[in-house]
Amino acid sequence: MKNEAKLLLGDEAIAQGALDAGISGFYAYPGTPSTEIMEYVQRSRQAAERDVHRAWSANEKTAVESALGMSYAGKRAMACMKHVGLNVAADPFINSAITGVNGGLIITVADDPSMHSSQNEQDSRFYGKFALLPMLEPSNQQEAYDMCRHGFDLSEAVKLPVLLRITTRLAHSRSGVKPRAALSELPLRLPEDMRQFVLLPAIARRRYRRLIELQPLLMQAAQESPFNFYEDGPDRSMGIVVCGLGINYVRESFPDGRPPHPLLKIGQYPIPVNQLARMADECGRILVVEEGMPFVEEALRGSLNRCVDVRGRMDGTLPPDGELTPNHVRVALGMNSRGGEPVPDIVRMRPPALCRGCSHADTYKALNEVVKNVYGDGHVFSDIGCYTLGALPPFEAVNSCVDMGASITMAKGAADAGMRPAIAVIGDSTFCHSGMTGLLDAVIENTPILVMILDNSATAMTGGQDSHAFGRLEKICMGLGVERDHLHLINPVPKNHNDFTALIRRELDYEGVSVIIPTRECIQTLKKRSRGKSTVSPAEKQGGRQ
Amino acid sequence: MKCDIILAGVGGQGILSIATVLGYAAIESGLTLKQAEVHGMSQRGGAVQSHLRIADGVIHSDLVALGGADLVISVEPMEALRYLPWLGPEGWVVTNTTPFVNIPDYPQEDELSESLEALPRKVAIDADSIAREAGNPRGMNMAITGAASLFIDIPFDKMEAGVRAIFARKGEEVVNKNLAVLREGRRQAEVARG
Ligand SMILES: Cc1ncc(C[n+]2csc(CCOP(=O)(O)OP(=O)(O)O)c2C)c(N)n1
Repeated sequence: MKNEAKLLLGDEAIAQGALDAGISGFYAYPGTPSTEIMEYVQRSRQAAERDVHRAWSANEKTAVESALGMSYAGKRAMACMKHVGLNVAADPFINSAITGVNGGLIITVADDPSMHSSQNEQDSRFYGKFALLPMLEPSNQQEAYDMCRHGFDLSEAVKLPVLLRITTRLAHSRSGVKPRAALSELPLRLPEDMRQFVLLPAIARRRYRRLIELQPLLMQAAQESPFNFYEDGPDRSMGIVVCGLGINYVRESFPDGRPPHPLLKIGQYPIPVNQLARMADECGRILVVEEGMPFVEEALRGSLNRCVDVRGRMDGTLPPDGELTPNHVRVALGMNSRGGEPVPDIVRMRPPALCRGCSHADTYKALNEVVKNVYGDGHVFSDIGCYTLGALPPFEAVNSCVDMGASITMAKGAADAGMRPAIAVIGDSTFCHSGMTGLLDAVIENTPILVMILDNSATAMTGGQDSHAFGRLEKICMGLGVERDHLHLINPVPKNHNDFTALIRRELDYEGVSVIIPTRECIQTLKKRSRGKSTVSPAEKQGGRQ
Repeated sequence: MKCDIILAGVGGQGILSIATVLGYAAIESGLTLKQAEVHGMSQRGGAVQSHLRIADGVIHSDLVALGGADLVISVEPMEALRYLPWLGPEGWVVTNTTPFVNIPDYPQEDELSESLEALPRKVAIDADSIAREAGNPRGMNMAITGAASLFIDIPFDKMEAGVRAIFARKGEEVVNKNLAVLREGRRQAEVARG
């Protein structure tokens, strides 16, 4: 018997689910583990036939705002990002709860517990609660697919955006998904109330009250949701609350997939209080198994932590950080930890590294010769991208990586404090995401910093997506007011090494804003093109729709 | 039927193609599949792994539990050892013997082969040579797939169909070269298993 299901990553299931739910536009900035949502849409024939919007945005804030604009115009839209992207988009996100929506709007956020590819492991459910918005959290790929349709229905019923929260393990795990017949898109239709989106204080107060008044309805929706259910069990010495894919690890721990204890599975928020109350009434203690931070656990304990006997991440029954594993959950359920042989001592760490032939490596060679070897460590602020690997051996060339864009602004602050030289190293995509405004700050004050914009014509770290910067960096810098005499392009090939170091030296002597743009294509995107996976060069792509 | 697999290697070595072939074969055999992949930062030359779970019933967890793997399949010898805590009491290790050296403190050759030797159930083959000799230097991962197929209860012709499916776009010649590598990997594994 053949399986009719399609094998999809969690990310891909969301993309297909939204397409089949009649979406008109996806807006996203790449970020692990969310990137494959947009990549799937960009490969999809269905999306191409309908000309669903599927080009990358400059950053997560522009993505959420554009998706809100499409919703304003009456159509269904989705914005996708990694968890830290929601920090960037927090302003439109929180305010979109006040404006509400017209066409259905889903904000998909992929959290990265264990920080496989991230700077922190913040849990987006706190954002959803903060914004007073309904949230969905799938426990498997099929639910990820189904929740898109459910999410748009919910969004249009309550006229609010819906937060769809996933985590790395689901985003990047593949499993069978049964699709449903596709719905058609919505027509263009302006909001009924022309003031809905005008958040002047008098209107915003009214809208905020509406949001508060909607809360009981959101609670009712969660309590009746097909994604929340209560399974009774004979052994009431303990009840188990599971959120998202925590349920899989619990089921895995029992041969028939059914724990002997009552089980409450949560996939839609606000937290369904009546089901939780039943468990508290009927069970001696409650184990909370959730992927991410103790969101439900903390709510259940309350400030006094007296009423219910709760176990979870806060009392060490489960580890306080990192993603869940089948073994953590087994142990939390009181079973033995299993394990094979230990890792032999000879096995060494193998951290990621810059590729052979990477242009960033040549840039760091030049930079180290002029800066590290002369002024010592501590003068180079970096940013987020492949070039952050310059912090590791063999280069150890950079001393910071905080958030996208922070290289230029931190260099500025350090220069304001009197540090010389103060250097920023930022990738082309990161510069367009969040670096331009910081450079403007520096230009306005003519702060003595050297900014190196590493242009590899790609958003390389996340898989070589197009960069908004392509062919535009020089013009952008000039437009921001960088002086022509202190704005340089150079190809960082080894034969230009001496010219490159001389250029850096010269600009370090200048007491003002200098920008050097080392330009050479990413070795990976170059290889992909020569293997014929993508036959279009970045230059050719500029001609067409991106 | 249940087969829990850890696939191991270094970012860029092509472990996802192995997963695709095995996954294709599993689906074609009417089995259920879950496969957790690594995308993102570690794909830049770091240690990568994928959890592949195949069964004839429901699969709950996307991850293989520690001590739960029936197979560790590795395209790199040191990486095979990294996942021993996942290997079950009856599990097999199928690994390539050609090291991928991109770190300064990579273990000495004799230390490495000693550790591999010590494994009670293993098949260690030089997959890089198999691929090179078949005139298909990039096909190392298919040699390992062939070797691993010996330990997975799925008909071999379904594995061949998987190879055909993933290389079809690249033409008949590429398909045939990869099939040759797949078969040779299996043959050498049969010899090595004894
Ligand atoms: C707010 C935010 N959004 C997205 C990411 C994910 N991210 C990390 S690096 C990167 C790409 C950077 O590209 P670029 O600056 O061009 O550097 P490259 O990797 O090409 O060297 C992205 C999108 C992030 N860390 N933070």
